[in-house]
Amino acid sequence: MTEKVQTERAQALGVVGRSREEMAKRLAQDIANGSYVNLGIGIPELVAKFVPEGRTLIYHTENGLLGMGPSPEPGGGDPELINAGKRYVTVNPGAAFFHHADSFAMIRGGHIDLCVLGAMQVSKAGDLANWSTGAPDAIPAVGGAMDLVAGVKSVFVITQHCTRDGQPKLVESCTYPLTGRGVIDRVYTDLAVIDITADGFRLVELSPGVDFEYVQALTGAELLPIANT
Amino acid sequence: MIDKQVSSAADAVRDVFDGAVVMIGGFGEAGSPIELIHALIDQGASDLTVVSNNTGSGEVGLAALLKAGRVSKIICSFPRTVNSTVFPELYRSGRTELELVPQGTLAERIRAGGAGIPGFYTPAAVGTPLADGKECRVFDGQEYLLERGLKADFAFIKGQVADRHGNVIYNKTARNFGPPMAMAAKVAIVQVNAVVDPGEIDPEIVVTPGIFVQRVVEVADPAFESELVAAGVSYP
Repeated sequence: MTEKVQTERAQALGVVGRSREEMAKRLAQDIANGSYVNLGIGIPELVAKFVPEGRTLIYHTENGLLGMGPSPEPGGGDPELINAGKRYVTVNPGAAFFHHADSFAMIRGGHIDLCVLGAMQVSKAGDLANWSTGAPDAIPAVGGAMDLVAGVKSVFVITQHCTRDGQPKLVESCTYPLTGRGVIDRVYTDLAVIDITADGFRLVELSPGVDFEYVQALTGAELLPIANT
Repeated sequence: MIDKQVSSAADAVRDVFDGAVVMIGGFGEAGSPIELIHALIDQGASDLTVVSNNTGSGEVGLAALLKAGRVSKIICSFPRTVNSTVFPELYRSGRTELELVPQGTLAERIRAGGAGIPGFYTPAAVGTPLADGKECRVFDGQEYLLERGLKADFAFIKGQVADRHGNVIYNKTARNFGPPMAMAAKVAIVQVNAVVDPGEIDPEIVVTPGIFVQRVVEVADPAFESELVAAGVSYP
């Protein structure tokens, strides 16, 4: 679908899809009370704002804290109390500090229930690319992403459905260097919620005002309809 | 009497030699032992292999050591910072070699090195470019990569309080790589805000037992990278 057709269709349908906050809010509905959760940098961080009333989540940050709280008041903050994005955070009652090897034992050992990450590409087999474009002059930097996707029980991606120039991020197979192979369980985009299944991408839910054909046209692989349950 | 306290950061790093492997604690600026790194710049050792999660910010601390041309190789998980061009220039010009390691693999390689484990298998990085050249083995139907333990000649670590036996407690998320690095180095050097007498730290709360620490040095009021960078400091 060309960008022009895409735009015309979007206008005809009045499509807006979900905003970043609405995506985060939608994802937050699916996290069980009491879960141990690691939120990546960017849109994933927004999820913490929308956890439904009555549920308590325990946030893990891989630099050594379980029970991470929100950002401090402006002007406050301790340079020795930061998150994986190196931003100031606070601690909630019941928090614990630990060293890096223990932190990644929590991750690799399958003790963290859920990880939410951004993505450059997700393939229909659940491969994730989110650390490098592979450009020769780029400084390669991976951080903890490869450990997270390899070890955490459930891995959700939250991302725009397409890149800024309209290319699908959900693809047949990733063209960027992989972060992990077959590691993604579910994708939340501005247009839809999509599961990765043994058969490929399967629609779970459309965003309000979006139809199946539109999402299929903007997805780089076959999108299976909502499963009959 | 056991007394691992040394009088100054300069004294603590006196015998770091050319070609040494030096582990440097810290995650961003949290736990970065800036005073020890600056003392090493003054001391002059070069051709170092540095093991550290990041590559420093601005032109202070680890970034300053890199800028001074003392590091020939860095083993690192995230060598990118918004406010530093030091490492990118060294990397692109080929003057500093980079071994990129997933963060959890880096932490476990250090822990293993200190625990007498020469290698281990991890699921992280299977199927990615960082698996190239590594032995892959299947356990219970899942693929794992062989990774080697890491040891060092020296480790530079920032703690909060130590006693003269080398028992250390840390401050919040500044703990990060400190405990495993102390285990993995022949000479672990810990800078702390306060050195106290043995018995003053409750044994129940000791994080790094003194057996893993060879030297402690008091730096009562340590600098923070972000403050130095904001003040426009470039070390030396």
